[in-house]
Amino acid sequence: MTGTPPFEPWGRYPKYNATVVPLQWQSDFPAIVSRNGGMHNGALAVGMGRSYGDVCLLKDGNLMVTTGMNRILEWNPETGILKAEAGMTLAQILDFCVPHGYFLPVTPGTKYVTLGGAIANDIHGKNHHVAGTFGCHVPEFELVRSDGTKLICSPTENPDWYAATIGGMGLTGVMTWAKLKMKPIVSRKIDYEGIQFHGVDEFLALTEASKNVEYTVSWIDCSSTGKNFARGVFMQGDHTRNPGELKPSPEPKLVFPIEAPSFMLNSASVAAFNTVFFHKQMKKRVTALQDYEPFFYPLDKVLKWNRMYGSSGLLQFQYAIPWEHAREGTIAILNEVAKSGLASFLAVLKAFGDVPSPGMLSFPQPGITLALDFPIKPGKSFPLFDRLASMTLEFGGKLYPAKDARMTAAQYQTSYPQWQQFLKYKDPLLSSSFWERVTREA
Amino acid sequence: MSERILVLGATSGIAEATCRVWARQGASLVLVGRSGEKLAAVAGDLKARGAKFVETLVCDLDETSRHPQLIADAVNALGGLDVAYLAHGIMGDQQQSEESFDAAAQVIYTNFLSPVSLCTLLSNYFVKQGRGVLAVISSVAGERGRKSNYVYGSSKAGLSAFLDGLRNRVDRLGVTVLTIKPGPVKTAMTMGMKGSEKFADVDKVAATIVAAIRAKKDVLYVPGIWAIIMFVIRHIPESIFKKLNL
Ligand SMILES: Cc1cc2nc3c(=O)[nH]c(=O)nc-3n(C[C@H](O)[C@H](O)[C@H](O)COP(=O)(O)OP(=O)(O)OC[C@H]3O[C@@H](n4cnc5c(N)ncnc54)[C@H](O)[C@@H]3O)c2cc1C
Repeated sequence: MTGTPPFEPWGRYPKYNATVVPLQWQSDFPAIVSRNGGMHNGALAVGMGRSYGDVCLLKDGNLMVTTGMNRILEWNPETGILKAEAGMTLAQILDFCVPHGYFLPVTPGTKYVTLGGAIANDIHGKNHHVAGTFGCHVPEFELVRSDGTKLICSPTENPDWYAATIGGMGLTGVMTWAKLKMKPIVSRKIDYEGIQFHGVDEFLALTEASKNVEYTVSWIDCSSTGKNFARGVFMQGDHTRNPGELKPSPEPKLVFPIEAPSFMLNSASVAAFNTVFFHKQMKKRVTALQDYEPFFYPLDKVLKWNRMYGSSGLLQFQYAIPWEHAREGTIAILNEVAKSGLASFLAVLKAFGDVPSPGMLSFPQPGITLALDFPIKPGKSFPLFDRLASMTLEFGGKLYPAKDARMTAAQYQTSYPQWQQFLKYKDPLLSSSFWERVTREA
Repeated sequence: MSERILVLGATSGIAEATCRVWARQGASLVLVGRSGEKLAAVAGDLKARGAKFVETLVCDLDETSRHPQLIADAVNALGGLDVAYLAHGIMGDQQQSEESFDAAAQVIYTNFLSPVSLCTLLSNYFVKQGRGVLAVISSVAGERGRKSNYVYGSSKAGLSAFLDGLRNRVDRLGVTVLTIKPGPVKTAMTMGMKGSEKFADVDKVAATIVAAIRAKKDVLYVPGIWAIIMFVIRHIPESIFKKLNL
């Protein structure tokens, strides 16, 4: 979310005008609603705007930015349970908790997201196969509705509201605070191992063999065909068991300064990047003792790296395909991408485990997930996206709303059949451009 | 030794960020603001972050008659006082202030008269004690009146001049007076304002303020670039300045 309208999400597409309404205190919502004459055109709470597409946008509406609500309410160093306001970022949580010997139970690929945003998208990390989603570690939160009703939600108190709000994309109300159960660590270091692989079957074998490793994820080269098709690097790690330093990793210093000209992102440069990345790791296997920062947040080092894609932006495409069709679906989609000649710098492959998500509309489910980044070139990337989306659905899969700006209403409603049941919990004032798009007449 | 700090206007964005820096260093704090609920939220956060002691006092600082008791209560709670930090103030609405003296007077009361009352009491306390730091948030807007906010600007200009004089009187008596002149800072208050992307980061501003208080500085422009910008703006001839749209 940038400071001046029009607002753009992390992918910089789409861009819409909206009014900014900061939420600084827990009592601000819904007091602000009545003060602003009911907030015509609706409202939406947003965090850091780190969603790629339009789940964090509301065209011509009111975006209630929560980042000023970032206070710690309670901290229990014995249980590791943190109670904080929903606008606190994971970066701020790490800065506070790492010195106490605690780490986030689940973290996405950037630490610049808020607690509220993480719950609302029920995000997943590299440890989904053992830890489930972010929501699995949220024992309780407060939900405030636009009519002023306050609900304490937990698996036992208002459990239906709890389920609707985790993964509920900010549509059930505003979360003012949440509890998060942190994970004990003895050092900020990670025991890391990187393994080269060729093809989806090798990836699956490595996944099977590392079931008990906490964090696993793969980078995959989706620009190569032939004998290099689906080559990649399988990356795994555990918090080291050897006691060490418990200071937060230092903050990144680089800011991507300018908007890159789009020629920097043609398929030749991506192919070159992929080759370099693959061979950067010279050996078949490497091990290292790493700080958590480069292990979890390699991209945060280049703040605002989304500018690399120029002002037309980028879009991620992320699917989850259930095990039944996961292998064939992944191969078919990777083939389609390689064939298209459109380049994706950051292709990330991971197996989701079977820890159930507490959320009604959560994205993760057992199977394979693949995330691809594409610069937006209308007329070129959109047709590919649309093909990939329909293929995903044919394989029984679904797309990730946090990364989406293209899914059709029919696609959403088919792959998220619970949306009907969810309607009961939607707050009448709140909406998003995503929601308006996918709930239009199918 | 843990510092004993009184914070006036503790629920403002800059003050809260500054208090977090102090909390991490284990300071003892008394927080003053208008809303008990907001003060409680800030206090809870500061305790979790490591403040040695936090107490809150609810007071509308426009009620200057309550200032003596307020300061006595704070000193009593802290068992002494090392630093007083004045961070309360209002932006006001320039347009309203142009139309109504009452609106203008309100801005001047809150931003100038109320701090004058507090600074008088606090500096006398520090003089008696022979030491202490009085840190006050003024503004770069006080350096030259501009049509877009001259009422706010003049309230801060008055405050800055008052602090200059006060420093001149009490510095030799062991008391430090720090005038803080922030440029635009990114807080919940300024979110969504034009150009707010480029405003200064509140946590960096806070860290600079804490360092300046410790170093017993006199005047702090934060971020530092504003010293240069305001030097230039102060030196534009009036015949040109009056025609500018600033
Ligand atoms: C580099 C990068 C890497 C990423 N890696 C991953 C990953 O590995 N796994 C993954 O799952 N995601 C990943 N993401 C996506 C990101 O984690 C999610 O989009 C996350 O939800 C963003 O949080 P935010 O605070 O920026 O929320 P926003 O994007 O601002 O908002 C997200 C949603 O949360 C809602 N919301 C925010 N605050 C509140 C509140 N207080 N109450 C109610 N609703 C609220 C909004 O309405 C919106 O629907 C990544 C994103 C980036 C940029």
